Amino acid sequence: MRKIIKYFFGDIIRSKWIIVYTVMLLVFSAGIIYFSRDEQKALLSLLNIVMYLIPLLSMIFGSVYYYNSREFIEMLLTQPVKRSSVFYGQYFSLALTQMFGFIAGIVLPLLVFNFGLNSIFLMTAGTFLIFIFTGFALLISILVNDKIKGIGILITVWLLFAVFYDGIVLFMFYYFADYPLEKATIIASTLNPVDITRTMMMLRLDISAMFGYTGASFKKYFGSKAGYYVSLFILHMWMIIPAMIARRKFNKKNF
Amino acid sequence: MKLLKKIFLLLLLLPAFTYVNSETIKVGANEKFKTPEEAVRYSSDGDRIILSGGVYPVSALVIDKRIVLEGEKGAVIDGSLLKEILTVTADSVTIRNLTLRNTGTSFVTDVAAIRLENVSGCVLENNTVENSFFALYLSSSRNCTVTGNRIAGNSVSESFSGNGIHLWKCSNIAITNNEVSGQRDGIYLEFSVNSEISGNTSRGNLRYGLHFMFSEGNRYIDNVFRNNGAGVAVMYTKRITMTGNRFEDNWGANSYGLLLKDIDNSLIYSNTFTRNTAAIYMEGSNRVNVFGNNFENNGWALKILGNCYGDSVMNNSFSNNTFDVSTNSSGNTNFFMNNYWDKYRGYDLDRDSRGDVPYRPVSLFSLVVERVPEAVVLTGSFLVDLLDAAEKIVPVFTPETLADNHPLMNRDAK
Repeated sequence: MRKIIKYFFGDIIRSKWIIVYTVMLLVFSAGIIYFSRDEQKALLSLLNIVMYLIPLLSMIFGSVYYYNSREFIEMLLTQPVKRSSVFYGQYFSLALTQMFGFIAGIVLPLLVFNFGLNSIFLMTAGTFLIFIFTGFALLISILVNDKIKGIGILITVWLLFAVFYDGIVLFMFYYFADYPLEKATIIASTLNPVDITRTMMMLRLDISAMFGYTGASFKKYFGSKAGYYVSLFILHMWMIIPAMIARRKFNKKNF
Repeated sequence: MKLLKKIFLLLLLLPAFTYVNSETIKVGANEKFKTPEEAVRYSSDGDRIILSGGVYPVSALVIDKRIVLEGEKGAVIDGSLLKEILTVTADSVTIRNLTLRNTGTSFVTDVAAIRLENVSGCVLENNTVENSFFALYLSSSRNCTVTGNRIAGNSVSESFSGNGIHLWKCSNIAITNNEVSGQRDGIYLEFSVNSEISGNTSRGNLRYGLHFMFSEGNRYIDNVFRNNGAGVAVMYTKRITMTGNRFEDNWGANSYGLLLKDIDNSLIYSNTFTRNTAAIYMEGSNRVNVFGNNFENNGWALKILGNCYGDSVMNNSFSNNTFDVSTNSSGNTNFFMNNYWDKYRGYDLDRDSRGDVPYRPVSLFSLVVERVPEAVVLTGSFLVDLLDAAEKIVPVFTPETLADNHPLMNRDAK
């Protein structure tokens, strides 16, 4: 398996994709940090990149890579290796290369400009999102053989997490405005990995004071050990379940 | 001629007699008078009582003569947690350089370290008040000065604490350069008119830094209100002026930089609002001019409810606020002009440093949050930005007329 990871890893590093990815993130983050006078504003902009751009790029990168290396995978499968090893090799090398790109592109500038704990937080959040959405990318590309269709579904899934979910939540809030919504808001914002990231960062940025009554229950929840572990647990579930399903499908797939 | 000379001489000596009349009475362990009570009983109008260093247990001492009560270094009057400490019932009493501590606590009467009761021309100067229920309490008094006092309470709950500087039915009072912390309300005025409150610092109080009701014609200048439980709340008053004040760090779920409830015909200018949950919250306030203020890093810079009429917001600077302006009404009867908004994305083709397209400071999301406060957890969401952008282009829900038609292009443009 280590050998397989090495092969995939080398393959990804050789393609210019990951370099473009890193440089692009670096330009974004350096630009944002350099041009915004305010630390909070810079962090918010970077948070937007981490929350929206990173998942989208992870998915597109993951699936394009999978579709393009179909023949290589088929060739590998003729060798005496376990299918799971091939899957894991691909999954981890995709996620790890992106993680390195992300750390070099966003976390390093943050550390250089001395953002302290917040940069560690962004790093953790970004890493989780990379692993989660790489899993989704592989799952969808394994299930859907047609490249165009696959990427279409991917973008829909991204929209679902990044935009539609919030839209549905907002609609529900509006519709059920006359009911107590404290618990509902907590549940709503822990179910979506993108929302967990955002909420946690917002609480770190002290915007929580604006949350009113909701904020009190929110701070209590996310500030408590239980809330922290539940959030971590949900993030892990989002990371493990799609990847597991993808592996199972990959093992049974008829190439 | 001789008689005239005698009369003249007498006239010359007259001030000397009055001078002899006003005596300086020392109080201390080694002096003739051991306690302030004895000294006050002995004294007569115009005398000066000086407490030398030391701790004097005093409880409910009434000062009913026109005297000056002064402390030397280290003079402490201790109320031993029993009752009120000093009650002044004579005009023109001056109390200065004293440290007063440990008043009693009462839920029936307002126990204070120093109470002025229906007097005029009194001065409270450079005193230190520690661990008191109410600190300085002015009741039905006129033309008094409260200056340079330092009040440090250690209140823990609102119902077990009193206010720092408390004015009830007073007029023409000058409250200057005091420092109040750790009380329930820092400075409190009720039915008190034509007073000037300037240069004070009110911070870390349990409830409000400044709180007043029915107190017309007062001026608040260059004060600092920082980190109070619920910020500053002022109510039911006309004709006030607030200028040069700093409202800072009033950050919490139910906290306001400046809460205006039923405040009419007033001026609020050149103040600075930083890091408040809501910098200015206006409810039922009419014809208030808000101009030249600086709003930075607040949650809401301006919350202006639908029952506010004829207010004008001009030449202010809004930067780094989560919401610039929010309202709960779809109409608008207030006037916005020439403000600087950091979120403004317009252009200035004619180079007059004013933007050519109007800026609408109320975002769709702020309207949603006004209706469903829980929705605020979606702050920073991509969807919210999308909705706001769409609404900016074609305003459907946000008040059409609530717009700054000539926003400033940069902060320093005038």
